[in-house]
Amino acid sequence: MNRLQQLFQNKKKDILSIYYTAGYPNLNDTLQIAEALEKAGADFLEIGFPYSDPVADGPIIQASSKQSLDQGMTLQILFSQLKDLRKTVTIPILLMGYVNPVLQFGVENFCKACAEIGIDGCIIPDLPMYEYEELYHSCFEEHGVSNIFLVTPQTSEERIRKIDGLSNAFIYLLSSAATTGKNLDVSANARTYFARIKAMDLKNPLMIGFGISDKQTFDAANEYASGAIIGSAFVKCLANGDVEKNVKTFMKEFRN
Amino acid sequence: MSYFVNEKGYYGDFGGAYIPEMLYPNVEELRQQYLSIIHEESFQQEFKALLKDYVGRPSPLYLAKRLSGKYGANIFLKREDLNHTGAHKINNTIGQILLAERLGKKRIIAETGAGQHGVATATVCALRGLECVVYMGEVDIKRQAPNVARMKMLGAKVVPATSGSKTLKDATNEAMRDWINNPVDTHYIIGSVVGPHPYPDMVSIFQSIISEETKKQLLEQTGKDQPDYVMACVGGGSNAAGMFYHFIDDESVKLIAVEAGGKGVDSGLSAATTYLGKEGVLHGSRSILMQTPDGQVVEPHSVSAGLDYPGIGPQHAHLFKTGRGKYVSITDDESLNAGLLLTQLEGIIPAIESAHALAYLEYMKFKGGENVVVCLSGRGDKDMETYMKHFNL
Repeated sequence: MNRLQQLFQNKKKDILSIYYTAGYPNLNDTLQIAEALEKAGADFLEIGFPYSDPVADGPIIQASSKQSLDQGMTLQILFSQLKDLRKTVTIPILLMGYVNPVLQFGVENFCKACAEIGIDGCIIPDLPMYEYEELYHSCFEEHGVSNIFLVTPQTSEERIRKIDGLSNAFIYLLSSAATTGKNLDVSANARTYFARIKAMDLKNPLMIGFGISDKQTFDAANEYASGAIIGSAFVKCLANGDVEKNVKTFMKEFRN
Repeated sequence: MSYFVNEKGYYGDFGGAYIPEMLYPNVEELRQQYLSIIHEESFQQEFKALLKDYVGRPSPLYLAKRLSGKYGANIFLKREDLNHTGAHKINNTIGQILLAERLGKKRIIAETGAGQHGVATATVCALRGLECVVYMGEVDIKRQAPNVARMKMLGAKVVPATSGSKTLKDATNEAMRDWINNPVDTHYIIGSVVGPHPYPDMVSIFQSIISEETKKQLLEQTGKDQPDYVMACVGGGSNAAGMFYHFIDDESVKLIAVEAGGKGVDSGLSAATTYLGKEGVLHGSRSILMQTPDGQVVEPHSVSAGLDYPGIGPQHAHLFKTGRGKYVSITDDESLNAGLLLTQLEGIIPAIESAHALAYLEYMKFKGGENVVVCLSGRGDKDMETYMKHFNL
């Protein structure tokens, strides 16, 4: 059982996950941000490895990815920055990014590097379920890396059941079909959709992401899921000033 | 060996649908329905009628006598430049707009580089009364002002893509983001044989009219329906896919695809994808693309905006890898010279894209008497400024 699976076994509510882009705002901030977030009460983290063409992302994460790449970030560098991760960080860590850098790094090498460092899982939005199942599933399993799938309001029940079967940590429920960084519309529609998925009684716990930016949207998500994921709102707060101070200020709203 | 797509959406090692879950329902709907819709009799009737009466098809197959004399082979030009809106792009947009209507879509989005596909999309949207949004790189908007004005006059909204290099690749990213954010009522008309399955297959089917007509016209003019060579330029590769389509399984016909070498393939300013690229995933399919060792997409360069793309369609990657097609490149200067040559020998000003295919004739070794078809994919009106600057006209 990896750290992620343990977390979900021990904690059923109010789980807070934070996404940030590796190598942003400065190339070598990656580890320090992880340490600061753990100290401030985040339950687990998603560290984004940047890609030149992030089609699922809105302007904030696009800009952070570009800045990170301009500063020289690569997967190789990210793995070396995280080499001693487990000396200082104990919470589960996921890597999130697009499939092409993983393909170039080599799927086998990627899984191996994750296992060696102590990365618990990854989210690769443009890796389709069919390809994952055929080509990558066994490699991920062998190295104990959980692959996280996304579900949107348009995902069919049949497909959600299949995703549930292939998942072993949690399912990432998108608040709406949208790119990252839009505000959650906690409308009757969204609530009907969350309730519909909750009622499916899936074997995997749910985390809600995309559009979670403050305590209000976080609490709304918590009514239907084990917790929620914040990305763009956090990345935005890192733009200026001291990293540790920014993390503390941001997290205060969620963790007293 | 099959050179066409299999039921999983692959051409050999290439293709598939590498898309985020947000796009899955849209792409899946298309995948399940595109073939049955295209094969409906009412669809075919409407499609063929519009190609004939609106686009002006069949486009002529013209034996270019003076050009033939120069190269010592019978060089036929497939005149896609004579289509309405000036290029082959309209074959695809007519097909896709009819498909979008049958899927009940109310809103059309598209990406464009030089603006040819954007104009062809705006045109069919005006024709059918559908809302049209075209994404275009901020840099290209400045370079291609006349086409921007055309799109606006046709009623399209032209949205600048301001991310990345602000060119075609980024316009494609923005169109995909729009589709993610509008998952129900919108159809994305991709302009080339790229993107997730079923786009490459669907677009090549709509463009296959080029080789379908060519076969008939060759039979009439030469007594046999197979040429020795067919040649076409390749950016994403839609005119080449249409030009090759009905010849792919006939291995006696040699397929020659001409990429944009830019300032030279090793100059750092090139779009010669098969030479410079490696296998990977871009814009929803596994193919060959120009990228760093870390998998970041590299900015291409070509004098021709229509070939200025860092990837090629998955079918082309397959034709290249299997050796079925020969993939070569031509520099900016060579293409401009070939454009001037055609103009002065035949009185036809070609698009700089199409001039790349013509330029490779210089490198062909003919025994004499071979039949060669070159796809003249577009006309050069849009390129006059570039020609004027280069030749001090």
